Formats: sequence, C-alpha cells, structure tokens
Amino acid sequence: MDFDFSDDQKFMKEQARKFLKEQCDSRVARGVLNDPARGYDADLWRRIAGMGWLGIPIAEQHGGLGLGQIALCAIAEEMGRACAPVPFASTVYFFTQAVLLAGSSEQQAALLPAVAAGDLIGAWAVAEGAGVAAPGSALGCRVEGGRLSGVKVPVTDGAIADRLIVLAQEGGQAGLYLVDARGGGVRAETLASLDPTRNVARVTFDGAPAERLGDAGDGWALAQAVLDRAAVLLAFEQVGGTDACLEMAKDYALNRYAFGRVIGGNQAIKHKLADMYVKGELARSNAYFGAWALEEGGAELPLAAAAARIAGSEAYWFAAKENIQTHGGMGFTWEADCHLHYRRSEQLRLVAGAPRLWKERLISQLEQRNAA
Amino acid sequence: MDFKDSPEEAAFRAEARAFLAANARPKGDGAPLAVRSDPATLEAAKAWQRKKAEAGFACITWPKELGGRGGTPIQQVIYAQEEEQFETPPNVFAIGLGMCVPTVMAFADTATKQRFVAPAVRGDEIWCQLFSEPAAGSDVAGLRTRAVRDGDDWVVNGQKVWTSGAHFSDFGILLTRTNPDVPKHKGLTMFWVDMKAPGVEARPIHQMSGDREFNEVYFTDVRIPDSQRLGEVGAGWQVALVTLMNERLAVGTGYGPTPEELMALARALDLGGRPAMADQAFREKLADWYVAAQGLKFTKFRTLTALSRGQTPGPEASIGKIVSANQMQEMSAMALDLADQYGILNDPAEAPFGGLFHRNFMFAPGLRIAGGTDEILRNIIAERVLGLPGDVRVDKDIAFKDLPTGR
Repeated sequence: MDFDFSDDQKFMKEQARKFLKEQCDSRVARGVLNDPARGYDADLWRRIAGMGWLGIPIAEQHGGLGLGQIALCAIAEEMGRACAPVPFASTVYFFTQAVLLAGSSEQQAALLPAVAAGDLIGAWAVAEGAGVAAPGSALGCRVEGGRLSGVKVPVTDGAIADRLIVLAQEGGQAGLYLVDARGGGVRAETLASLDPTRNVARVTFDGAPAERLGDAGDGWALAQAVLDRAAVLLAFEQVGGTDACLEMAKDYALNRYAFGRVIGGNQAIKHKLADMYVKGELARSNAYFGAWALEEGGAELPLAAAAARIAGSEAYWFAAKENIQTHGGMGFTWEADCHLHYRRSEQLRLVAGAPRLWKERLISQLEQRNAA
Repeated sequence: MDFKDSPEEAAFRAEARAFLAANARPKGDGAPLAVRSDPATLEAAKAWQRKKAEAGFACITWPKELGGRGGTPIQQVIYAQEEEQFETPPNVFAIGLGMCVPTVMAFADTATKQRFVAPAVRGDEIWCQLFSEPAAGSDVAGLRTRAVRDGDDWVVNGQKVWTSGAHFSDFGILLTRTNPDVPKHKGLTMFWVDMKAPGVEARPIHQMSGDREFNEVYFTDVRIPDSQRLGEVGAGWQVALVTLMNERLAVGTGYGPTPEELMALARALDLGGRPAMADQAFREKLADWYVAAQGLKFTKFRTLTALSRGQTPGPEASIGKIVSANQMQEMSAMALDLADQYGILNDPAEAPFGGLFHRNFMFAPGLRIAGGTDEILRNIIAERVLGLPGDVRVDKDIAFKDLPTGR
C-alpha cells in the first residue's frame, strides 16, 4: 500500500508552498481583483513558468519536466491554497491535457514547448451560454473550409489566451479545433464575473482559421475526456483551498476574543471547524484516488474524477462560507481575505460543470458498471 | 501512488489467506454465521481464536513471549482485510485484546501479566471494560462507583453501564472513585476484577432497537484485593487514557448499508410507474453517499500507507465513525422512504434484504453515541487535530463531592 505522494513529490509540493507563500500572498490576487482588466498577474505567471510547473505533465522532448500527472496534482493543491490569479488551470489542466490527449505529434511538437516555456496561455472554449448542452446537441460554432464562426461564452481566461481549443461543428460532426486567439477573426471581451482573479470572456469568431485537434466526430467524447482530467486537477485546487480556509478560520478563532476568551473555545465554532476538517479529508482522499486514476489513465477515471469533483466542490464551498461566518462582521468586509476564497470556491465549483451534473454522471457510471 | 503490497506484505497476505482458506469458509458460500452470544456461539468463537493464536494470527503486533507474533501494524491490517472475506464467529475478544489486556500489560506486575495475557490471546478468557456509568458518559471522569479501602482489600459499590459482553466476560478492568474530596480526575483508581466475584451482577440492557447487546453491571460490596490495582491510587485517569488510546488504534470496519445495496433496492422498487433509481432527488443523494463512502475507504488507505511506511498515521483516521454513523442513519432512512408506506414494515419476511435497512435505521442512533458521541468526536478533532482550546471546565478545581449533580 503506497497511497500518498512520494517523497520527491512531497518535497516539490513543499517547495511550491514556500514559493507561493512568498510570491503570491493575497495582495497578488487583490491586484487583479481591483483591476480586472489585467486578467491575471503576468509577473507571477513568468515566475511560475521559471519554476517549470507549466511543463510538469509535458515530456522532456517537448521541453517539459516529464514528471507526470501526480506531481501536477501536488502543484494544483498549492495553487488552490494560494488562490493564485494566473491561467494555470486553463493552460495546464484543459489546454495541455487536450493536446496530450488528442493532438497529433506535429501539434504536440508545435504547442507543448511554448506552453512549458510560459509563452503560450491556453483556454478551453466549449460553453455557448447558460445551461448545459447535451452531448451530441447542435452547436452554434461552425467550421467551414477551415474557418470558424460563432460565439463561445463563458470562456475562462478567454481574453488573455494565446490559443483556444474550441468545440465546434463541421459538416454535422462535432470536433475540437485549435484557434490562434491573437490571429484574425477572433474578438474577446472580458465580462464581469464573481471571481475576477480568473478572467472570463465572451469570444466571438468570425471566419477565424481553425485546425482540428483529434478526429472529426470525436468532439464531445474528447471534451468529456478532457473534463475528467481537469476535474481531478481542479479537485486538488479545491482541497488546497479548503485547507487555506480552515487555516484562516482557525487562526482567527484562536485570536479573536469575545465574552472574555477566544471564540475558538466555543463548541459552535469548534464543531464548525471540525466539520470543515472532515469534509476536507473526504475530499483529499477522493482526490488522491482521482490522481491515481488520472495517472493510470484507465477505465476508473470517469468515476474517480466525478467523486473527486463532487467531494472537492462540497468541501471548498463549505469551508469558504463557514470561514466568513467564523470571522463575523470582519469576514464580510472587502479588506478581509475571506471573500477571495468564497469567490474562487464558486468559480471552481462551476467552471467544469456544476456538481449536480457530476452527480448524475457518477450515478450513470455506477449503473453501467453494475450492468456490466 | 498505488495500492500494491510490498513483497513482504504480499508474502504475509498469501500466508494469511492460506490459513483462512484452510480453516474457514468464504463469505457468500452458504448462510452467514449468526451474530449471537449464546453458549454454542461463544464456544465457536473461542475455538476460532485458539486456532488463530496457534497459527500466529491473534495479536499480531504483540511480542512472541506474550503469545503474539511480533509482527507489524500493517500485518495486523492485512490479516483483518483477509479475514473479512471469510465467515468467522463474532469477535467477542476485540475489547479485551484491543483495550483491556494492553492496559493490564502496561500496569500489572510480571506475575499478573504471565497469568492473564496468554489465556486472553488464546481466547480462553474474555475481558470487558467497566468505565461508563449512568451519570458518567461523555464525562466519564465524573463516575461515582466507589472503592473504599478496607485492610488489604477495597470494597466496591456502584453501577456501570453500556458494558459490551459483561455477561459472558471472565474479567474486567474497572475504573472507580477512591477519593471524592479531590477534583474529579484526581480521585480515580483502576483495578482488574473477576466478573464471577460475589456481588458482581450483569443485567442486559433492553435497547431501543429491541436487542440486548450491552449490559448494566452492578457492584454490591464487592471485595477486590489491593494486589488487583492497576497503577497508583488516584492515578486511574492516567491509566484510563492508556486504555482509550488503544481504542483509537483499533482499526474499525464499515458500518451500515453500502451504496450498492441501496441501488439494488432502488432498481427493484416502483415509484409511480418508474423505478426509484430514476428519481433525480434519490440519485443526487446516492452520489453524495457514494462519495463519502469512497472518501472513508481511501482515508483508510492513507492510514495504511503511513503504517506500511513505518510512520505514525495522521489524524485523518478520526473522521471515520462520525461520517459512517450519520451515513448509516441517512441511508437507511432513505431506503425506508423509497418503499413509501410499505417502509413501515420490518417483518423480515416482508422487508427487503431481510430487514437490513430497518435494523440499521434502529441501530444508527446508538452508533452516533457509542465510543464517543458525534459531539465529543467533533471536540476531539477541534482540540487534538486543529489545536483549538478545550471547553471551559467549571469542575476542575472543585472537590468531586461538591460538584452539582442535578437530579
């Protein structure tokens, strides 16, 4: 039994935590929060590229570190803890995973070195408005003669991305398409969002040159496969965020005096924090299984990803809202950092599909497994 | 990150499996053994324990000279995982070997250890733990059973409660109050006691579930020689902490229905023209329970990993009972709900799974209380894991006899 990060991975995780503590305290997130037009913190992004983290899942032949998915999970947890205002998830959990999964060797050779070097911000453009499109349903984004037209919204990091991966329809078949966001025929406008520390845009395509990623007709299946991978990595961000909220709440409860003693001595607070801990551990254990399934890349992944996503979403949301409650009135101010996590927890809960969807997916998977 | 055994672990697992295959029958191969404590079941339990002890699978982590194997915690867990797959008689030794005898080993003299440890390992003698009282549950240090010195003996009067297995136990460890004039934690003393001694009487408790699995134990002028004292006079609380620490090391198994059992039920039940399994509200709840059950399973794997690496497990193991007891209650309630008014019936001939869900429904309230209530467990997590302060203790500087007691 060896169900934990290895010593090397733990060391890397520790280094990442130290780095982010120094380089990404809450002032960094606030810099973007107070000026959403910036979209992300470009200095931090460059330094993260310098650490090599963007290349963790990318093979050395493509300029990456080739350390695999579990090492990436370890870093994801620390990114979540730090509430980092950078397009790490879009670029590494979505864009890179899609290229690794579906890209031809030429596409991989062309794109992955730029990602690993920090020269390419990627984004994932699938949604077309409110609600949930059923897999296989008609898409508004169409490709004809290698040109893409239509509108995607919301696109996380859409206004700061260099390349987009777009789910679109060509001759009645859905596929994934690579589009140069800096090229012609692409217009991105930042929209106001709950969590401005992660950019959200409406992206309008008007005859933008598009190159297919993966086979024609595989669009929906590939999109789901990318989502499964991203769900595990996002779950680690949620685990890190949960931990950060619990730490904040604990520190406050140990230092805030009311009725002649610290509020952390009251059972109403103690039990609330104990519940945060319990949910956090359930999320961590589910995330670990997700990490294992992600690295194995086998049939276990869809179920493991769903479980990791559901547990991570529940834990971070609970911890973020109860952290504010523990802080009392102070927690409701702009100055307190509690709302950074409240915003981020909701962003993470929804960005890869709401838990309600994942619960349905999990049960369908269980039914299929039982029928088999 | 993987689930594989190390070569040594795999070899041990194979050995355990071979022993079990030769001596027990796999689960599902015939009817399950009844969980009872009648004389025949007890005899079977003792015979099984003897067989395990002779093969070195009882008390795996204990030294060989005390009847153990001199093995590792991970071997203990591997054996338990393997044994779970076989029908074995009810383990009536768990409390004795998990908590009582380790306390005897830590505090008794050599002669006493030699007299008691080996027979307990072999299953010849069963031990119970006599701590809780009607007025001392979560606040066990508030217990009132009095031990008064009389020459070389102590004379004990009082009542214990919720004692598992008292009616078939040979010995027990007994926490008493020897000095009511000092604050409550300082006036306690621990003894071992012969459950057949004059004045000891065990009476089964009729539980709300209808079962009688626990006992009240009455002590009336029971004479206990001072040589049966464990630890110093007045140091009973420190001794009890050793017992309870061993409780925390015991590896528990899952409780209650599994999500798969609930799914099987939901597929078979019709809810207004479609199976309950098609009900969206049910599917969402089921997903939550599945995720929590998986979370507990993989949390246990994390604990095993620490053991396998020779490390002390982290505090994550403390979440187990608080999650599973509540889950048992909610899942069994949902199972009854799905049957609609038919869910009221718990006649084993009528109720699905022979009334499994109904039994869980009626047992769950007890599980949320036994071995640390939900509230005490949250306190423990808050204080020992998160480092939050203890509760205000209005009783800590007051002599026990002066504490307010209510009715």
